[in-house]
Amino acid sequence: MSLDEPSLSRRGLGRLGVAAATLAAFGAVEATTSKPAAAQASGGTIKVGILHSLSGTMAISETTLKDVMLMLIEQQNAKGGLLGKKLEAVVVDPASNWPLFAEKARQLISVDKVAAVFGCWTSVSRKSVLPVFEELNSILFYPVQYEGQECSRNVFYTGAAPNQQAIPAVDYLWNENKVKRWVLAGTDYVYPRTTNQILEAYLKSRGVAQEDILINYTPFGHSDWQNIVASIKKFGSAGKKTAVVSTINGDANVPFYKELGNQGIKATDIPVVAFSVGEEELAGIDTKPLVGHLAAWNYFESVDTAQNKKFIDTWKKFTKNPKRTTNDPMEAHYIGFNQWIKGVEKAGTTDPDAVIDALIGVSVPNLSGGFSTIMSNHHITKPVLIGEIQGNGQFNIVSQTPGLVVAQEWSPYVADTKDLIGDWRAPLKCGAFNVKTGTCTAGKKV
Amino acid sequence: MKLDLTGWITITLVLGVALVLALLNQMTAPGSALHVPTYVVALAGKYLCFAMLALAVDLVWGFAGILSLGHAAFFALGGYAMGMYLMRQIGTRGVYGNPTLPDFMVFLGWDHLPWYWYGFSWFGFAMLMAILVPALLAGVFGWLAFRSRVTGVYLSIITQALTYALLLAFFRNDMGFGGNNGLTDFKDILGFNVQADATRSALLVISALLLCGQFLLARFVVDSRFGKILIAVRDTESRTRFLGYRPESYKLVVWVLSAMMAGIGGALYVPQVGIINPSEFAPGNSIEAVIWVAVGGRGTLVGAILGAVLVNFGKTWFTGALPEIWLYALGAMFIFVTLFLPRGVMGLFRARTRKEPEPESPAAAAAQEVTG
Amino acid sequence: MPRLMVLLLLVGLCWPFASRADDPLAELASGNFNTVRQGVEDLALSGNAHAAAIISALQNSQLYYMPDGTLLLKADDDSFTNAITGEAFTDSDDEAKAVRVNNSVRSAIDAALGSLRLFDKDPAVRVDAAEAVFNAHDPTAIPALDRALAQEADASVKRRMEQARAAAVISDPDAAEKDRLAAVAELRARGDQASRSLLSSLAGQTGPVADAAAAAVVSIDWVLQLWSVGESVFYGVSLGSVLLLAAAGLAITFGVMGVINMAHGEMVMIGAYTTFVVQQFMHAHLPAVYEFSLLIAVPLAFLVSGGVGVVVERSLIRWLYGRPLETLLATWGLSLVLQQVVRSLFGANNQQVDTPGWMSGAIQLGGLTLTLNRLYIILFAFLVVGALMAALRYTPLGLRMRAVTQNRRMAAAMGIRTPWIDALTFGLGSGVAGIAGVALSQIDNVSPNLGQGYIIDSFMVVVFGGVGNLWGTVVGALTLGIVNKFLEPIAGAVLGKIVVLVLLILFVQRNPRGMFPLKGRAVEA
Repeated sequence: MSLDEPSLSRRGLGRLGVAAATLAAFGAVEATTSKPAAAQASGGTIKVGILHSLSGTMAISETTLKDVMLMLIEQQNAKGGLLGKKLEAVVVDPASNWPLFAEKARQLISVDKVAAVFGCWTSVSRKSVLPVFEELNSILFYPVQYEGQECSRNVFYTGAAPNQQAIPAVDYLWNENKVKRWVLAGTDYVYPRTTNQILEAYLKSRGVAQEDILINYTPFGHSDWQNIVASIKKFGSAGKKTAVVSTINGDANVPFYKELGNQGIKATDIPVVAFSVGEEELAGIDTKPLVGHLAAWNYFESVDTAQNKKFIDTWKKFTKNPKRTTNDPMEAHYIGFNQWIKGVEKAGTTDPDAVIDALIGVSVPNLSGGFSTIMSNHHITKPVLIGEIQGNGQFNIVSQTPGLVVAQEWSPYVADTKDLIGDWRAPLKCGAFNVKTGTCTAGKKV
Repeated sequence: MKLDLTGWITITLVLGVALVLALLNQMTAPGSALHVPTYVVALAGKYLCFAMLALAVDLVWGFAGILSLGHAAFFALGGYAMGMYLMRQIGTRGVYGNPTLPDFMVFLGWDHLPWYWYGFSWFGFAMLMAILVPALLAGVFGWLAFRSRVTGVYLSIITQALTYALLLAFFRNDMGFGGNNGLTDFKDILGFNVQADATRSALLVISALLLCGQFLLARFVVDSRFGKILIAVRDTESRTRFLGYRPESYKLVVWVLSAMMAGIGGALYVPQVGIINPSEFAPGNSIEAVIWVAVGGRGTLVGAILGAVLVNFGKTWFTGALPEIWLYALGAMFIFVTLFLPRGVMGLFRARTRKEPEPESPAAAAAQEVTG
Repeated sequence: MPRLMVLLLLVGLCWPFASRADDPLAELASGNFNTVRQGVEDLALSGNAHAAAIISALQNSQLYYMPDGTLLLKADDDSFTNAITGEAFTDSDDEAKAVRVNNSVRSAIDAALGSLRLFDKDPAVRVDAAEAVFNAHDPTAIPALDRALAQEADASVKRRMEQARAAAVISDPDAAEKDRLAAVAELRARGDQASRSLLSSLAGQTGPVADAAAAAVVSIDWVLQLWSVGESVFYGVSLGSVLLLAAAGLAITFGVMGVINMAHGEMVMIGAYTTFVVQQFMHAHLPAVYEFSLLIAVPLAFLVSGGVGVVVERSLIRWLYGRPLETLLATWGLSLVLQQVVRSLFGANNQQVDTPGWMSGAIQLGGLTLTLNRLYIILFAFLVVGALMAALRYTPLGLRMRAVTQNRRMAAAMGIRTPWIDALTFGLGSGVAGIAGVALSQIDNVSPNLGQGYIIDSFMVVVFGGVGNLWGTVVGALTLGIVNKFLEPIAGAVLGKIVVLVLLILFVQRNPRGMFPLKGRAVEA
């Protein structure tokens, strides 16, 4: 403390006042938040929880999803709401903090009494809230492509499972570019690990030798890619056509692509196909040096359908920003939200058990011109699109699966899960049913 | 040991509120006006665990002048020890139904349990580790650092390096601690379902008891002869040394003690929030713990508890009520406290009651410039 | 000449689909990737006078087609001309569709343009063309190469063409063994990764050519190994210079003033966003000098971040001198607020900052690939630090700054307005952080989280080098960068970083005041 600090006695009283006011304010808040049902008796609204990080590292990706949910809810209300009631969005900020995700999920379900929650992005945030949803028996719509190997009764996975994204992309490179050597580069967490494990098994099953597969993991937010890009270049100089399958996570992609561009790796030499790079990520990069590198998704903004055009127009109007892009997880929320609406209408109530049962089989139009249906494993059917990056930050769709792909929640390429299936319909009602032993190993509701 | 009025009030409040919340949650029907939802019980338990971390930080910072920017590492290590116990309790209820290996190991294709997971199926062993591992790390780190007289910002920054290194290490899937996803989806603790309301209420009461125990222990240490020398070290380390004491030994003891306290806090934190993952090692978390102490009032043990509860309550409330702008509110709160409440919230009460002498002398001010 | 014509004809016949494709232009207008690729290849061989123009329009996505198959070229002003006749297209262009390309079409375009441009007037274009042909290594280009070689006068261009020819020959299993052996030698002499790639594609075959190729691969590998050491040094220096830039401002605010400035990263971020705003403005209003937007952003970022720094010092920090720990608290709060301000103003997404042409790409120095943006950043880092040192040492302001930080009361007694100097010093540190933001915008995300990624590293660098010593910061940054980059290939990116951190902790234990400790009474202050 410095010497010239004014003596406390003079200011003490005033400060006490400040503190007392602060404490009183907190006390008042405690009173309102801890008595939910009594204080916030929801008159004529159905509440919808939105659990996306608005600050911290994931805000970059998740803020958009919060906005798209608000737009969808506004649209639905304009159409007259649901079951004669208006929808009300409850937005919270889990701040990219995983324990906070669980806390906020609990708050949404037990304090705000939401009918369903749309949220999460990273696998760890989903894993963190999963026990909460199962304990309190609520519904989560999870809109992001993920590693699979999960099938919870309380979660609807509207993003892609690995077979709805990774394997078709590898097939495309295999057939189209005759790729014989593979670099599997990813961020060190569960999604890339699982995807690469599946891809490795898949490639080997197609006769690729071990020495033609290079697997590399980097930490989150890795920003110095010099060596790794150089080693990819080196790996690619073995006389066989080489491609990179990138599961690098959001933030690290910009420096990765900048380094690729500068070291002059062109898509015609070593194409990079990414599963976590969409229009939003590209908005931060000058894409001219990256033209031709690929991404695999179930939706691109450049999809040429009337529905998509309408969606984009509404989105731009809603955000009052003509430059805002759309991307795949947004479409997943679009599909998931419409499915939930239909499911609730079918069940005639927002009671979770009734809605969960009603949702299976619900089919709604997606934005790429087909219909997406919720299967008995709580995953949805989707087309797989392969796009090449263009100079304007959009994707040029170069391939599309002829039909819809059904998600494999348990991968047949992983030894421990090849016999598992998830089926939440009446007789079975099990998330992980072993077809060999005929037992339900996990996820049975007791 | 004599406990002053503030001390009694603290203990009564912590225990009383915890008991009342737990009882109201258990005894009243969910519809009743008096019912406390489980959500509040879980939150209160979390705050109390953070209070333990704050107490640990205050003990070294407020009384020994060691500003640790890596204390959350000890907290997280304690949490991982508990998490490992909880993982082993899942048994065959995991997704893959493997009786010994946790799911993430099955998935990584491991065929046996790594040696450092041995023993964690016993609660006693796990709890011992929750205290010993932080203590050991703190012991080695402190012995090296204090012996070579690393002080002030240098010490703060290397504690930050320590927690950052641990963060990166635990992120690695190859380490065998579940990588980024960490440990989650717990089922039982000592045979009780971790998600049951009764278990939560019990955990809350246990947290309150342990927090009070830690508070009393810290108070005892601070009031003892040992504590007086510690304060002397904080105020002028070199003068204490010239008087014939060995400051490094005193610092090392309190440093290890503090790490153990943080470890206990972490161990109780994990079953109540249901997940432990590497982001608990993030340097930002350690800085936040320092901020709780500063908000409450550095060098007052009660202040540490108060600060932890206040700031975390603020965070809970702001993220729900003002999701778009809560960072402004939180940031403004920190700035406000620093500028207008330099002695934290406790400083207000001090100024009014004036029972105790001014805690910091001019010499302390000079010392602080160094320890800063 | 007649021999060449025969060759060309033969090539045309050899090409499996060539006979079927009568009209390459119709193929281009087909809307099917494989047919378009065919069209490009056929057009290049057809001798059509417009081939080069049409294919390069396709490369720049300026080639459109009408439902009736008419090909149109789109000019920069969005008007259309007929690709063949060159007449302005006056009908409605509503139905005009862009000819879409994918990677295989793009490869065909590169190869075709390469062959066509081998005869360009400009030697630089011819070199690029030869490189394109080299990369395509398509045996059908050999006749064109032979013609080009026959009339080429420039030695360096000729050499590239010979290499391209070698690449084509080696890819042609039917070529004469003598030619192929010569090609192996040619590629071995070139000795880069692309040559290695071509040579190792012969692996698994038998015969003298394969043996020679295998030997060549071994020799190239050995040379590349040597170069890779130099490459690691470059990567290390480059990483070090990024760390140096990020830490230089902190060396002032933290090192010299003793403020534990947790908002330092946000000053860097503000600099990066200033760059973004400058580019947006210039893109809209001054497109002519857009290439130099970064040069304009540098002083502006200094002013903006420095200005924010001065405001922060006057409103916040000045109440906290002598209480460094509380600066940590207040600046942490400030960093939260600044992040949120930027998030509110610009949104949470990444913003796009362009890399000007003169900073894109790489130069080849023997076996080293030096990326230009990194090279400029290294240069820039040393310029900034040099200027900073000079400012502290030689300017009156620098003199006063040093006086105030060394002995505040004495400086005040000498008539220095210490509060003013404090504000300027903090502003200087923040301004330098802003400049760092301009550089970082070239290699990293421009997002509200930008600063968070560098704050810890910056503190490590300053402490490692020794608080209060700019030289220490320089040496510290470079050491950390180089050690990191030499460890990375051995231990992997994550483990490498952990090892560096542990080494740093151990180092500070041995040298409790960093590499270059301040001497004198200030140490025990």
